[in-house]
Amino acid sequence: MIQFEVAGQKDTRSGFGDGLLEVAKRNDKVVGLCADLTGSLKMNGFKNEFPQRFFQAGIAEANMIGMAAGLATGGLIPYTGTFANFSTGRVYDQIRQSVAYSHKNVKICASHAGLTLGEDGATHQILEDIGLMKMLPNMTVINTCDYNQTKAATIAIADHDGPVYLRFGRPKWPIFTDENQTFEIGKAWHVNEGSDVSIIATGHMVWKSIEAAQILAEKGISVDLINIHTIKPLDDEAILKSALKTRCVVTAEEHQMNGGLGDSVAQLLGRKLPTPIEMVAVNDSFGESGKPLELLEKYGLSTDSIVEAAQKAIGRK
Amino acid sequence: MVHAVQSGHPGGSLGCTEFFVAMYFNVLDYQAKPFSKTGENEDVFILSNGHISPVYYSTMARAGIFEVNELNTFRKIDSRLQGHPATEEGLEGVRIASGSLGQGLSVATGVALSKRVKGDDHWVYCLCGDGELQEGQNWEAIMFAGHNRVDNLILTVDFNQQQIDGSTVDIMGFSELGSKFEAFGWKVLSMNGNDLSDVLSTMREAQAAGKQGQPVAIIMRTEMGNGVDFMMGSHEWHGIAPNDEQLESALAQNPETLGDY
Repeated sequence: MIQFEVAGQKDTRSGFGDGLLEVAKRNDKVVGLCADLTGSLKMNGFKNEFPQRFFQAGIAEANMIGMAAGLATGGLIPYTGTFANFSTGRVYDQIRQSVAYSHKNVKICASHAGLTLGEDGATHQILEDIGLMKMLPNMTVINTCDYNQTKAATIAIADHDGPVYLRFGRPKWPIFTDENQTFEIGKAWHVNEGSDVSIIATGHMVWKSIEAAQILAEKGISVDLINIHTIKPLDDEAILKSALKTRCVVTAEEHQMNGGLGDSVAQLLGRKLPTPIEMVAVNDSFGESGKPLELLEKYGLSTDSIVEAAQKAIGRK
Repeated sequence: MVHAVQSGHPGGSLGCTEFFVAMYFNVLDYQAKPFSKTGENEDVFILSNGHISPVYYSTMARAGIFEVNELNTFRKIDSRLQGHPATEEGLEGVRIASGSLGQGLSVATGVALSKRVKGDDHWVYCLCGDGELQEGQNWEAIMFAGHNRVDNLILTVDFNQQQIDGSTVDIMGFSELGSKFEAFGWKVLSMNGNDLSDVLSTMREAQAAGKQGQPVAIIMRTEMGNGVDFMMGSHEWHGIAPNDEQLESALAQNPETLGDY
């Protein structure tokens, strides 16, 4: 098992804020919109450096998405910023018609996704957004796992001509990916080579999966660990190759089981390579108030849940 | 077009015919060919009430943006002329899909902002329906454009006072619509949309009123189904097609009909 050095803890949303500032310096077509959450989205650096390219939409997300579609029509590259809940469910029809169907080069950047939003509770803890967004034709869906990956993804998506949903979160989280990485949309990161079970993880659950793989390694179980940061388009090849080798799969994500990464992986395996699969995800319920780690524990998204799922998957081979 | 496929929206289309002719043959500063997707360095028109696609397509074809005979394909399988306008098949002239109501003014505001960022002093025009103003997103955009002084934006509201279920007066009235816009910081004009000379002069007036710190709204009174006696004064012709007999009667009332496709 590869040992990862943790380079401190930082929130993924800061990766977005720092990435936005950097990509805006490189590309003068990048503009930003925010719906009254500039501080939470860490967009102040961009806003202060490029005030003429920042638009405060107020608490009016539908108009923000529509204006982003208009800015893209005019040839610019708009990044919208608000919480994941207000970036998706609240504005689904606006995204569907004005962005996805209209092929607009809009980057929908969504913070505070999932349970780890914490104390604000279920109204804000969206667990359905990946499903909502991956169902839309033309939409690319990305869920990053740490500060460095989020920063790299924020920069990379400017070069992709088309709508993107970029999902990240609120809590401080271990930084374990390469600071100088090149982010390639749709290309899985092979975190660890192993042979007994495949763990396919996205977002905050990648670090939890590394912890689980270390525990499993101590038990003599070798984990093939894959980070799928791009849920759509899915890296079919990386998943099939791993499943062919290990013959059992666990998926891990901070999302509903319905419509999430596990759902995409199961669909792929069902069509191409039927394989036993266990899913670590929220099972058809809303979240609640609490501390991030308490919530992950209560809703079955802890390190131990991944270990148990891996053992169960191996037992089904 | 609507008769040929027995589906579509003739009422609002006929009510806005003079407006579209004025825009595409006089008011808009644009190049018909080649079509510029971004509309940089030209005026941009955004249609919000996409269901009046018959008049939108007809005018653009006759303005030379695409071939007139393509109008034959309207609403048929494999056509670029979808029931509601779309960009999916690359139809020249269309920059954004519309159909689900209430979204066009936000898009037009965004295009206007893009021109501000790029230092392009061309206009952005938007047309929406009056019933469509019941969608709350419009008021988000109206509030934004007023507050941010988006003064290269000219919105026209097709004030025909009809919607699918009846008169807007009965369903959700718009008393003092002009005052509502003014309260959000807009300059407001009005015109008779079925009088071509009034449309032309009011659009010039709107340009003169624009670029002075306020977006401009024009309340355009129109008659749904204008020019066809049995369609006028009723909401019934919002979204139904005429039969053979009705088509004959309608065409007889409009002898100047082009009949060129």
